[in-house]
Amino acid sequence: MSTVNVDVKLGIDKFFVDEGNAHIILKENPDKKELKKLINGCPANLYKLRDDGSVQFDYAGCLECGTCRILCGSTILEKWEFPQGTMGIEYRYG
Amino acid sequence: MSEEDSFDALIVGAGIAGCVAGYLLAKEGLQVLVIERGNYAGTKNMTGGRLYTHSLEKVMPGFADQAPVERRVTHEKISFLTDDSAMTVDFQTGRASGPGETSYTVLRASFDKWLMEQAEAAGVQLVPGVRVDELLVKDGKVTGVKAGDEELEAKVVILADGVNSILAEKLGLTKRVAPHNVAVGAKELIELPQDVLEARFNLEGNEGLAWMFAGTPSAGRMGGGFIYTNKNTLSLGVVVGLEGIGDSPKSVPQMLEDFKEHPVVKPLIKDGKLIEYSGHVVPEGGLNMLPKLAADGVMIVGDAAGLCLNVGYTVRGMDLAVASAEAAALTVLEARKSGNYSEAGLAGYRRRLEESFVLKDLSLYKRLPAFLEGNPRMFTAYPKLMVGVMEDLFTIDGTPSLPLMKKMRKRIGDIGFMNLIKDGLAGVRSL
Ligand SMILES: Cc1cc2nc3c(=O)[nH]c(=O)nc-3n(C[C@H](O)[C@H](O)[C@H](O)COP(=O)(O)OP(=O)(O)OC[C@H]3O[C@@H](n4cnc5c(N)ncnc54)[C@H](O)[C@@H]3O)c2cc1C
Ligand code: SF4
Repeated sequence: MSTVNVDVKLGIDKFFVDEGNAHIILKENPDKKELKKLINGCPANLYKLRDDGSVQFDYAGCLECGTCRILCGSTILEKWEFPQGTMGIEYRYG
Repeated sequence: MSEEDSFDALIVGAGIAGCVAGYLLAKEGLQVLVIERGNYAGTKNMTGGRLYTHSLEKVMPGFADQAPVERRVTHEKISFLTDDSAMTVDFQTGRASGPGETSYTVLRASFDKWLMEQAEAAGVQLVPGVRVDELLVKDGKVTGVKAGDEELEAKVVILADGVNSILAEKLGLTKRVAPHNVAVGAKELIELPQDVLEARFNLEGNEGLAWMFAGTPSAGRMGGGFIYTNKNTLSLGVVVGLEGIGDSPKSVPQMLEDFKEHPVVKPLIKDGKLIEYSGHVVPEGGLNMLPKLAADGVMIVGDAAGLCLNVGYTVRGMDLAVASAEAAALTVLEARKSGNYSEAGLAGYRRRLEESFVLKDLSLYKRLPAFLEGNPRMFTAYPKLMVGVMEDLFTIDGTPSLPLMKKMRKRIGDIGFMNLIKDGLAGVRSL
């Protein structure tokens, strides 16, 4: 079985990234058990654990599904809101 | 803002629910504003694929002749998958279906845009590209919305803002959606030449296929895989329950990738081109997550109210979104006569939903989510059982054959007869 590379898939999508204005912010040093939920659940695979154990998250490829908010909105997320109007994912097909 | 400047109705969200509510109210001459955070209606929305037409047919008869629908579903398949095998039920009918019985595959960016065009033609004013940040509340009554520094007032506000209704949550009408009440869907839109697609799926003209997969696509968790055929694309994806997702050995994107690699699926998408990747949450708690549907000056419709049904072999949210939008619109028209938009004045919304299929069907299936959630056998052991029985049936290797009943007994023994009977009874009762 091949390991999935979601970045390639996200590269095909159309995004208007709100540079410098993150609509989702992860807390520092998040609890690892909570983080695992996001690593597994985020369809865009935006939550990653690097080899050195540090956490990687970039809101730029967010599909705005709300999964991380539902799973960890009250634990390891500092902020979750929809991007400002006009910003974020724009589905051409949906 | 004076009373005269205020809108008759203000709708947040231009998904299916928002567009239909706006259309129905504007058609009756009301001043209606729809606010959508995307650049046009549909840009933020994704679905599996299949619109049951009965409810939209009622409010827009003959809509499918003009609307950008993809294919009419004439072929149905359900497969039970293990890692390398599949047992498939295949149903096809040549019977001509009546207008309200038909279902079509749809893609939301074009479909919602078309719906909004109908609403605008009826008089709706659309404000795209604006995120509503808050509801205006005066003396406990919702009087409008706030977006940035801008405040807009209306006699009534309809929340059609989808499954993560932050606005309803802030107002205290709903609680934050709980993981056990939702699933996440990840989907690929895969392009194939139309003639190749039609040949692979045995389709003619505008015929279409809806295909659901249980078992390994969701790695044994509550959920499954799906393929819907569009004109020259496939909507292919997985839906996975969020409860306990941290314990899954596989991530959701990996489940989707492995589903594409399954020997039954792989040849169907060969040389297909990925043209979009999408993700969205599906409310499936049913009646268990039903919020307070109305309060002073406000109603909640569609996914925002959790009005969606996942009954295993199909997901239904769009037809419920339409029907709830219609119920809310009729309630606004009623309230307008008396000028009473209080919670009591809007009580007709719940009554209409109770009288319609919306709450009847949600009640009918109210035990199903808990049954499926609490029973991993449904997504692991049973697909294995069915595939195993088929293997026994079709494998001839020269060893003396056992009678079929004996073979079945051995397979069922793996699950336990008592479990099978228990699940059978509980399953039938929850359907
Ligand atoms: C993977 C998957 C498969 C599915 N399969 C099917 C199927 O085959 N058949 C079926 O009938 N249903 C299916 N469903 C369910 C169906 O897609 C939904 O029930 C339906 O889309 C709900 O429509 P809606 O109008 O209520 O909400 P949405 O379509 O979510 O619309 C909400 C709108 O509100 C906007 N919005 C949100 N917040 C704000 C704000 N603050 N300010 C301004 N705008 C805002 C959003 O941008 C969006 O346009 C599926 C769902 C998923 C995820
Ligand atoms: S909203 Fe969805 S896509 Fe965006 S980061 Fe959260 S889980 Fe991932």
